[in-house]
Amino acid sequence: MKPINIVESIIVPLNRKNVDTDQIISKEFLKRIERTGFGKYLFYHWRHRPDGSRNEDFVLNQPQFENAKVLVAHENFGCGSSREHAPWAIMDYGFQVVIAPSFADIFHNNCFKNGILPIRLTVEEVEELLAKGEQSTYEVKVNLEEQTVAGQDGATYSFEIDPYYKQMLLNGWDEISLTFQYEGHIQNYEKQHA
Amino acid sequence: MAKTIIEKIWDQHIVYEEEGKPDLLYIDLHLIHEVTSPQAFEGLRLAGRKVRRPDLCFATMDHNVPTKNLPVIQDPIAKKQITTLEKNCEEFGIQLAHMEHPDQGIVHIIGPELGLTQPGKTIVCGDSHTSTHGAFGAIAFGIGTSEVEHVLSTQTLWQSKPKTMEIKISGQLGYGVTAKDVILAIIAKFGIDVGTGHIVEYTGEAIRNMTMEERMTICNMSIEAGAKAGLISPDETTINYLRGKRFAPEGAEFDKAAQRWLDLATDAGATYDTVLEIDANEIEPFVTWGTNPSMGTGISKHVPRAEDYASDSDKEALKKALAYMDLEEGAPMTSIAVQHVFIGSCTNARLSDLRSAAKLVEGRKVHPSVTAIVVPGSRTVKQQAEAEGLDRIFIEAGFEWRESGCSMCLAMNDDVVPAGERCASTSNRNFEGRQGAGSRTHLMSPAMAAAAAIEGKFVDVRTLQPAHA
Ligand code: SF4
Repeated sequence: MKPINIVESIIVPLNRKNVDTDQIISKEFLKRIERTGFGKYLFYHWRHRPDGSRNEDFVLNQPQFENAKVLVAHENFGCGSSREHAPWAIMDYGFQVVIAPSFADIFHNNCFKNGILPIRLTVEEVEELLAKGEQSTYEVKVNLEEQTVAGQDGATYSFEIDPYYKQMLLNGWDEISLTFQYEGHIQNYEKQHA
Repeated sequence: MAKTIIEKIWDQHIVYEEEGKPDLLYIDLHLIHEVTSPQAFEGLRLAGRKVRRPDLCFATMDHNVPTKNLPVIQDPIAKKQITTLEKNCEEFGIQLAHMEHPDQGIVHIIGPELGLTQPGKTIVCGDSHTSTHGAFGAIAFGIGTSEVEHVLSTQTLWQSKPKTMEIKISGQLGYGVTAKDVILAIIAKFGIDVGTGHIVEYTGEAIRNMTMEERMTICNMSIEAGAKAGLISPDETTINYLRGKRFAPEGAEFDKAAQRWLDLATDAGATYDTVLEIDANEIEPFVTWGTNPSMGTGISKHVPRAEDYASDSDKEALKKALAYMDLEEGAPMTSIAVQHVFIGSCTNARLSDLRSAAKLVEGRKVHPSVTAIVVPGSRTVKQQAEAEGLDRIFIEAGFEWRESGCSMCLAMNDDVVPAGERCASTSNRNFEGRQGAGSRTHLMSPAMAAAAAIEGKFVDVRTLQPAHA
């Protein structure tokens, strides 16, 4: 996993609540047996009209947001299915940070396993960011070490993050290798419960 | 100190704990299916790792499998996913109920059916509806593919201890009201994210009176309220269900286990972080009108209007949902016509679900403008239903009778609702495009879906007597 600390980018404002993982990556794209190649299917049915043509109104299709690395959305982002294809698509598309007032549990967990930083800000802060991002392009600098999001206009938002997951992201650790260090504890447990 | 069942099971499974870290939890049962596992096995191979406890894993094929003309899979990418699981199970020594195996079925239906699901276990699967298994008094939750790989290699997971929540369903269910209506009413009342960060225990008289199959329907949809898991303390109903199941203990061992299981029940006086309550008497047959499972209402009601909501973002969400669903504000629920009916999924495709639908269908015909299918939750359910003649009842009424699988619940195979058409579905998600791009899903109980198939529109099942009563 690639370590992550500082991300500088404009934000993409996705002003929706309850964005579910079926929208992030639709089931017709779940048949691949690889972890990569899902980016072009991200939000497929919002980026395309029913006839398959590009929906120019959808925020991701607007040219100013190309190459953005920070996605801002409303409450309960990533609800629904446990499919890790959702963070894979987000990552493969180029996003490294998702900011929302709240995340669904499984999606939140899945982000940390893939080097994506999910940031919780308050509803008011997110609404402020969404408004700024919708008005014109808005650039932020995300600093994981310091737990801050600094906007181009000098506004700074700080966030909380579980120290364990913070270390994992900062160092790009592979969790399975870490767990192997507890092999003795696992063996003891198995002996006691045999 | 008095403890909840949640704390008891959690504490029994801690392999390692340290301040400032999540707990390292031991996993007793790992269920596997074809869609969320290939990348995990590939990860193992790349790192040269083994499956630590293949004996604690069990795999099946459900999401992608066709429900007719077995065993031919037309879609080459789907076929590759199926053969990949076969190869992985063979290479790593994992038991597999393959596509034509008598034990095949939706992963959350076969676990309980085989007795793999037992009280007190920690159960995971790369699938969010793993919460179903909580009906037995287990901590069962969905995980991502990286976590699947973690469990395969270590049989453990790092997990932060969730908060506890009690949802009490007091009173008794009225005539025609089912477990599906109860859970839809709970999600509508408390919201799609009320359970975030929590494990929910369902309690109360209505729960105690439910069969195991009904309890599974309740726990299945815990994730639709955002909960990490949902469970129910074991009682005699639980024990009776498990006795004689293939993977359950036998003889004196079973009696010992049963005592242990009953002791897991939440102690009198134990407290929860959050307590919610709903009165069973206020619940009527339920139907969703929107694009997430909390957007639902009673069959006697109407589609909400903007003025029913206080916040601008809720008004906006209503507008978006109704535009997608092609519904008018204030339309009576009984005015909505459907073109498709799907009776199936891990929420409602067990024998009792098929029986309750068949009871309404018997002696009647599917409405000429409706295409209706029944997809049993497992091959075992299918056989039991056929032994009782339920297949004849459905077929004579004009339903299609299919092989088991997830089917139209997520429409990964050929069972798809066409764009712009409306489906009465016994599944658990009505997200945009869930049953096919542009499709419109309404969630409800098997009896309500069967009634919709007959009438061609939503009807209050309480007004429809069995034809042969
Ligand atoms: S039936 Fe539907 S919800 Fe259940 S496991 Fe299959 S796809 Fe998931």
